[in-house]
This record gives sequence, structure tokens and C-alpha cells, in this order.
Amino acid sequence: MIKKLAVFTAVLSLVACGISEAPATKVEKPTVDKSAVEKPTFVFTAIPDADESRLQQRFNKVAVYLSEKLNVDVKYIPVKSYAAAVTAFRNDQVQLAWFGGLSGVRARALVPGSEAIAQGFEDQSFKSYIIAHHATGLKANADLSEAFTGINTQDMTFTFGSKGSTSGRLMPEFYLREEFKAAPSETFARIGFSGDHSRTIAQVQSGAYQVGAVNFKVWEKELESGKIDTNKVSVIWTTPTYPDYQWTIRNDVDQRFGADFKQLVRTTLLEMNDADLLASFPRQSFIPASNDDYAPIENTARAIGLID
Amino acid sequence: MTSSSKNISLAFFIVALVCIPFADLVVYQVEPWDELARMGQGLIQPSFPELSILADSLINTVAFALLAVSGAAVLGLGLALIFKSRIVRIFSASVRAVHELFWGLIFMQVYGLSATTGILAILIPFTGIFAKMFAEIIEQQSRVPNTTLAPQSDHVSRYIYTWLPQAWPQMVSYTRYRFECALRSSTILGFIGLPTLGFYLETAFKQGQYDEAAGLLFSFFILIATIRWWLHSKYIPSTLLVPLYLTLALFALPESPQVYGSSLVQFLSHDIWPKALLNGDIFAVFAWYQHQLLDVAIPALWDTLLLSQLAMVLTGLLVLLFYPWASKVFFPKRFSLMRGFGRSALLILRSVPEMIFAFVFLLIFGPSGIPAVLALALHNAGLISYLLMRHSEQLNYRTDSGRGLNHYVYDVTPRVYPHFLSLLLYRWEVIIRESAILGILGITTLGFYIDSAFEDIRYDRALFLIVISALLNIAVDSFSRKIRAL
Repeated sequence: MIKKLAVFTAVLSLVACGISEAPATKVEKPTVDKSAVEKPTFVFTAIPDADESRLQQRFNKVAVYLSEKLNVDVKYIPVKSYAAAVTAFRNDQVQLAWFGGLSGVRARALVPGSEAIAQGFEDQSFKSYIIAHHATGLKANADLSEAFTGINTQDMTFTFGSKGSTSGRLMPEFYLREEFKAAPSETFARIGFSGDHSRTIAQVQSGAYQVGAVNFKVWEKELESGKIDTNKVSVIWTTPTYPDYQWTIRNDVDQRFGADFKQLVRTTLLEMNDADLLASFPRQSFIPASNDDYAPIENTARAIGLID
Repeated sequence: MTSSSKNISLAFFIVALVCIPFADLVVYQVEPWDELARMGQGLIQPSFPELSILADSLINTVAFALLAVSGAAVLGLGLALIFKSRIVRIFSASVRAVHELFWGLIFMQVYGLSATTGILAILIPFTGIFAKMFAEIIEQQSRVPNTTLAPQSDHVSRYIYTWLPQAWPQMVSYTRYRFECALRSSTILGFIGLPTLGFYLETAFKQGQYDEAAGLLFSFFILIATIRWWLHSKYIPSTLLVPLYLTLALFALPESPQVYGSSLVQFLSHDIWPKALLNGDIFAVFAWYQHQLLDVAIPALWDTLLLSQLAMVLTGLLVLLFYPWASKVFFPKRFSLMRGFGRSALLILRSVPEMIFAFVFLLIFGPSGIPAVLALALHNAGLISYLLMRHSEQLNYRTDSGRGLNHYVYDVTPRVYPHFLSLLLYRWEVIIRESAILGILGITTLGFYIDSAFEDIRYDRALFLIVISALLNIAVDSFSRKIRAL
């Protein structure tokens, strides 16, 4: 028995030591790769606002396109949350990212000199919908206060999307705060975070939550695909427009990938016109953008205390 | 049943009853049927992702779990040796207190989405669990062999020659069980982006692609249900099979991104401390901690305790209801169909991530404590019932003992009851930890705020709240030790 134990323990401890070393040896792998000897691999990430299925396959196509145009190896890594995307960007595990409005602002604050270089055509004037279950009796109105006139919100439940989402949380929360002069948790009986726009729609449609905030593009996409029963859930208010998703790039890419690399990336993104590639985001095209375009998002986030 | 276990049970039950009026157990009027029908349809007609994706994510899930469990078992074995030390106990309770997902989020700050993150996120809390459980198993062994040694024998020799050989079979069996738990943890780590089964499961579920979610869940059930065939073999001794698998696992690990030492330094020296502290403004530091404690931590602590109390007592009730249906004691060979059904049901209950239960109950009851308590209780009841069922099968029964309900009420249940209570008390801290994942229900537990802090990239706040959770866990741990000693 003791002998068995000793052998087993010895093997396990060897393995345990192996764990700490394994990733290190793995990391060096790309440098052995011949094509990557001169230039490191350019890595990007993206979390689309709708349809996260088969991310790897869809964005690998984008990677192939970028690689051809940029003349470097390009790799896509999938992430699950805005926070993870920001962390990867900050730690230089990705050099380019398709961020939401708020996550882009956060990322650029953490990586001085990083720049928003392009946004989706639709992202110049993005908007969110406030949606409500039919049993609430809430009706569509162009004016937020009139939409809620005569309604006691204290008995109502409200769900945002993901905690770090611009369209599912930041902007709707800002307008709710302006209207009700209080934090949403004080305005409504309960605030949930569904984590995703599709979940928000499913939850409000079933009445699990009575009111919710959702990205307009996701709503329209699900409406088109027949997932929404408008007798059960409808849009009661639309936020004013704001800038949202954008491509942000790290400041040090020119040193590492060659002079004018940043400009080349920008041009390549702006020239992307293959509908199949654009559908992954999903956007009709990309247009130029700058950090200043996102000042409204930054101010709003500061106003409601999401950033310091 | 001893009178102390009777008193403990009664006390917990009464506390839970007292909690009910404070807990928010509102039921909302809902119309869940369309969504539930879509789910049902997905379950009936599951679809599977491409084979390469499925195989890849299954291999990653198993590789993370295997490597993490073997590392944790070795470390836990070492810590169990010195578990009498208060510092070791506090250390173990602290690392256990933090949910695997949060360990994952912490390591992600430095190692990115890599194998290192995945393995460490499981290895570290599991080390704390192994240390505690191994120490307890050793404590239960006979002291007689120990007295036969020469008085000058050192601590380590005593450990190796008297305690370990006795405790070994139980420790091996516990390690096997932990491996199943590690597969679950490994899967769940996919929710934050590691390339395990959970990555695709969460996406499919979130997007309402229930057919694919069902396919992935079924794959996971099959993985768990077949452990006894692929991890234990009649023909190959496990002293060969386990090292073989571990070696394979090392090669199967996904490629890791570049890691910079500076990220670690930055995280430890800058990110986790409040700005005021870095600026050296003592008054502002004090104000910051006071705000976090009074406005966030304490109300969250209250919600966490309330919820976990109710969930724990409901878990206990469900366990007593569930365990006999899967036990050979009540359903011997000729009822093996019933028993097989019972076992499968327990497997499903303990394998479905709580998040999925929470979402289904949210649709049915609306957002409140109800879906949270049900999700936590069903999942944990599935787990404890399984362990209790196995325990009930290991006992010897008189040939003239009663049948059916009499057997259950007067013989088996009283005899398994002490074990049941200790499992439940142990699970108490797990329930507290798991209440973290119920953010979709808008229940502001400690875990809800920790998750928000990570999402808001406020690691100073995350760290502070994690320390509070660790303190809570240390308190619960020492309290439940005292209760068990009664």
C-alpha cells in the first residue's frame, strides 16, 4: 500500500510541477513557427451584440481577410464578456478589439495612447429600446415620463442586459435616472441583469421581468426571425441616439508590426465590404471614428458612477 | 438518531422558518409557456455542434479537471498533515470561500484565457477542500495503530505508517468523487470564456438555441455517467491509468497567450488597492472601506445568509425524499429499473449548472428568492442524495429489519442521519459560495457584487468583498465544526 502511495505521489508531484511549466513552453510555440519569425502574430477579439454562436469560425474568416491585407499572421480569440475583452487588451494579449461603447472607453483609459479607429455605420446613432410586458399596461410613447404616467414603478421589475453593456445598461440607466431622479434600484421593485439582449427579450416576453432595456438591433433581428410575439412584449420608449461599438487599437502596434501599421489596419477595416464578413458584427460597413466620438459615453458613465 | 442531531436539525428548521418572512419570496404573474415549450422542444430534438468543437471542448474540460484534481489532492494531502494548525485551517477556509468562477476571473487578469487560468481556478479552491476533507477522514480513523509506534517516532512517520494506510481507501474514493466535481467546475469555467464545454453551453443557452444547449448538456451527462468506464478499468491498474491520462492531459492543453510578468506586478501592486490608498490619503481610505462595508458588504451578507439558510434546509428535506429511490437498500436487484431511474435523476440534478435551473424557475415564478432557493436546493440535493445513497449501501442491515417505509423511517434514515447532517453542514458553505451566480434574479448577494466589481473593472472592490466572503466562510466553517462536535 505504502509503495503504491509513494509511486502515485511521486507521479502526481511530477505532474504538478509540469503544470506550472507547461504553459510557458506552450507560449513559445508561435516563435518556432517559421512564418512568425519576423513579425509577431496580430491578435484581435470581438464580442458581437447579437448571435454569439460559432464565433470562432465566423471571425476566423475576418482573421484571414485581415491577414491578407496586413501581411502579418492574424489570430482571433473569442471572449465571453466585455470585462474579459478589456483585460485581454490591457495585458496585450490582443492588440485590436471590437468593443462596445463603454468597454472601449474603459479599455482606452487603461491603455494610454490607444485609439478608436473605426466604428460601424449603425454605431453613429445607436439606440436602446425600453420594452414592456403587455400585462403592465404600458403603452408606447415618444416621451419617457408620459409612457410611465399613472404607473407605480415601485411594484415593477426591471431587467438590464449585461452589467457592462452600453445599450443594455449604461444608456437606459442614464435616461431612467434622469426621468425618475433616482437609481433604478430605488425606482423599481427589483433590478436584474439578464446578461444578454436575447435573454432580456425572453424574460420580458414571458413576464418574468415586466420591463427591460434592449439593444435596438437585437430587437429588430429577433422580430424579423419571428422570436418576438408583439402581443406579449412591445417597445414603449426609444432612447435618444448615442455612439456605440468601435474598433480600438493599442498604441504600440506601429513599433511592433511596422511603420503606419495602425493606419493600414484602419484602411483595411474601412475597406471591408464583403457582406459575409460584415454580417459577423453585424454591421453594413465600417466608418472612421476617433476617441472624441465617445466623449458622450464617457461622460454618461461618469455621471452614473460606472467609471471614476 | 441521537438527540443532538435531532436538536441541530430542529434548530436549523426553526431558523429557516424565521427567515421566511424576511426573505423575498414574491411570486409574479407570468406567461412562461412559449419559452418553456421552446426548451422542451430543444430537449426532445437535441442537436450537437460539429464533432471537432465538441471533442475539443470535452478534452479541455477533462484535461483541466484531471490536472487540477491531482495537483490539489497532493497539496491537500500535505496540508491535511498540519491541519491542526490554525493558520492552515484559516488558509484552507479562505481559498475554499471563493467560487471557482471568481478564482478564474482573478487569474484571468494575469494569465488571460489560458490553461494556467483554468487549472489554477480549480486547483486552488480544491486544495482547501481536500485539506479539510482528508484531515476529517484521518480524524475518523482508529487510534490504535498509532499507539503501537515507538514514542519518539516523528509526526511524518506516524502520518505515513498509521493514519494514511487506514484512511487511504476513503481518500481515494473521495478523490474520485472530487474529480466529478472538478469536471463540473471545469465546465462552468467555460462561462467566463475558457475553452471548455461550458463555453458553448452558455452561448447556446443565452441565445435561446435550446436544441444545441440540450445536446451539450447530454454530452456532459454522458461524460459524467461513463467515468467509471473510462477512468477506472478492470484490466489496467489505476496506478498506470491515472499517470497515463495526466500525461495525455498535459499535451491536450490549449495553447496559451503570451503572459507578461508586468501584468502580475501591476495587479498585485496597483489594481487591487483603492485609489485613495495608492495616493496615501488615509482619511479617504477609511471612508472608502467604510462605504464598501456599510453600504455594500453588510446588506449583501444579510441577503446571502438568508438565502443560503433557506436553500440549505430545503436541500435537507429534498435529500431525505430523494435518496431512497436510488439506493440498493430499498430497490434491490429486481427493482433495478427504478433504481437506474433514480440514479439518472440524481445525476441530472447534480450536473445541470444552477444557472440553468435558475433561469427556468425565473420564467415560472418571476424574479425573487424562490427561483434562487429552488435552483440551489435542487442542485445540492442531487449531490447529497447521491452521496447519502452510496453511504446507505455501505451499511450492514439485519436480515429481519422492516420493509419499505418502515425500513426507511426506523432503520436506514436514523443510521445515515449523522452522515447526512455532516454532508449538509459541509454543503452549507458551498451553497453560500454558489449564491454568487444568481445575478440574473436581481438578488444582491455578496457574489452579485463581486461579479459586478469584476465587470466594472474595480478589482479593489472585488478583493475587499472576496475577503469578506472568506471571513464569512471561516465563521461558517468554525460554527459548523462546533455543531458537529455536539
